[in-house]
Amino acid sequence: MIEPLWEIFVRSRRGLSHTHVGSLHAPDATMALRNARDVYTRRQEGVSIWVVRASDITASSPDEKDEFFDPAGDKVYRHPTFYQVPEGVEHL
Amino acid sequence: MSHLGYAAGMDSFQATIDADGRIEPRDAMPDGYRKTLIRQIAQHAHSEIIGMQPEGNWISRAPSLRRKAILMAKVQDEAGHGLYLYAAAETLGVDRADVLDLLHSGKQKYSSIFNYPTLTWADIGAIGWLVDGAAIVNQVPLCRCSYGPYARAMVRVCKEESFHQRQGFEILYTLCNGTPEQKAMAQDALDRWWWPSLMMFGPPDSASTHSEQSMAWGIKRHSNDELRQRFVDMTVPQADVLGLRVPDDGLSYDEEAGHYRFSEPDYTELYDVVKGNGPCNQERLAHRVKAHEDGAWVREAAAAYAEKQALKEAAA
Amino acid sequence: MTDLFVYSLRLGDDALISAQRTAEWIAAAPQLEEDVALGNIGLDQLGQARTLLQYAGTVEGAGRSEDDLAYFRDEREFLNLQLCELPNGDFAHAMARLLYFATYQQLLYEELLKSSDEMLSGVAGKAVKEVAYHVDHATQWVLRLGDGTEESHQRMQAGLDALWPYTAEMFSSDELVQRLDVAVDPSTLQDEWTRRVTAVIDESTCGRPESSYQHSGGREGRHTEHMGYLLAELQHVARSHPGATW
Repeated sequence: MIEPLWEIFVRSRRGLSHTHVGSLHAPDATMALRNARDVYTRRQEGVSIWVVRASDITASSPDEKDEFFDPAGDKVYRHPTFYQVPEGVEHL
Repeated sequence: MSHLGYAAGMDSFQATIDADGRIEPRDAMPDGYRKTLIRQIAQHAHSEIIGMQPEGNWISRAPSLRRKAILMAKVQDEAGHGLYLYAAAETLGVDRADVLDLLHSGKQKYSSIFNYPTLTWADIGAIGWLVDGAAIVNQVPLCRCSYGPYARAMVRVCKEESFHQRQGFEILYTLCNGTPEQKAMAQDALDRWWWPSLMMFGPPDSASTHSEQSMAWGIKRHSNDELRQRFVDMTVPQADVLGLRVPDDGLSYDEEAGHYRFSEPDYTELYDVVKGNGPCNQERLAHRVKAHEDGAWVREAAAAYAEKQALKEAAA
Repeated sequence: MTDLFVYSLRLGDDALISAQRTAEWIAAAPQLEEDVALGNIGLDQLGQARTLLQYAGTVEGAGRSEDDLAYFRDEREFLNLQLCELPNGDFAHAMARLLYFATYQQLLYEELLKSSDEMLSGVAGKAVKEVAYHVDHATQWVLRLGDGTEESHQRMQAGLDALWPYTAEMFSSDELVQRLDVAVDPSTLQDEWTRRVTAVIDESTCGRPESSYQHSGGREGRHTEHMGYLLAELQHVARSHPGATW
């Protein structure tokens, strides 16, 4: 394979984080950025682009999903809905 | 953990499918599921990029600058759609270059509709209206396909395609309200594109080979005949607005059922075109292969340059 | 024919004929990403052409639309540079032409921003961003092809050399641009153009093209033989149905 694969992240507007939109092939980061501009923001979908070489991404394995993600499941106290707010209290 | 992990993975695959959830790239999945998706997504991508040709032919001849700009943007979108889809196929562990080789060597197919020639400007209208119209009917259910990356690519494609169909209809509407020669051109285009468009939904359910398993896997949501019926129901009233005659003597409206009844397309023609005997099979593939081969030295140069720059950076 | 009409046609025809050639790459580019990129560039050029030809029609005041001017003028009435009409050649030729032409357009539009003609400065305001991207795109490719493989280096050099004799025409001044105070005299752009273009060529490891015989005539409607075929293709549907709406 001549051209590496790049994952593309686009910030659709100020105030939002970059979101993964897809991928493309390019010989280097400079061209990846330019190609991403042409391919993924033809309709003004973005104000900022990140390109990341796909091979540089370390991903969690689906096999590990139990030990990775289940332990967070019982920590309900992290969510605001866990707490009771007396009636009539606002702005909390 | 390997064999246990695998078994658990397959259980969770089926559970995800049963719950109408989405399968993601690194999930365990049956081999057949992976292969079916690779084939379908790749052929879908091939269709997008081969589909650039019959319309791309007309960019240089578009009869107004406005039409020229619209057509350029449309054909460019198709390249973009091909890209989204190849990227989705790559999440299943294949390489775009390899998949393109399968297209170039004729081992993978693309939609047969693109093996018909575009003979007049009205054909550009007919392609947008009928071919993109049929494609949208086919593709909208794919936005809910069980494989996440394919579904997401299709959401993007469908969003962008809605302008394609409208611009096609607009071309024909303008022709139908123009000179008698223009209107005749529009009718001629409908006469030639109607049957091939109906065949875009594939063989009749009674003869379709891949359908059942794909339905069970949530890759396919509706049968070929269901989608074909939906397309006819949608399109015939639009032809009336244009003042064009759908070239089917058997066409009638069934009030009770709320559907149009239409004649069976000549599927022997479909099989013939699939086999490579359509009017443009040779040209389309040859053009594609030539572009790819002519570009080889460019791609090699870009890779060589990237390598040199990386070495320079490492040395610095 | 007023000077402003002719001047708008010159710029508009450059953009139109360039768009026609750029569009030929769609479905024929070296990689899919490049089909999309060249599509964007062609659309930019076509957009510039449409605005400029519309303006020419308005200035003329004879009721001619952008389409009348694009489809119903004959070859000798087109005022574009010969550089724009030459056949595409290989990808290195295409990138050489884009580097030469877009750098010229960039300098031109930067100056035209200051024009007291609001329409022209308005066109320039939009186009200057577009062509900056075209210059960048061409630059990236000239660098990669020039300093890529041996084959690409040779092809890049050949492209730069082949099109060089069509570059002086961009800067030829005449009475019209000197008379027309809202226009940019292109001869004032040449030094900066040469500096920018040779900087890219040097970095690409290619050699600067030797100065040689320079073609001209486009601004007077004298074109290469290629122009007739280009126009035949561009115009034939519209001309087969005079008066029709599309």
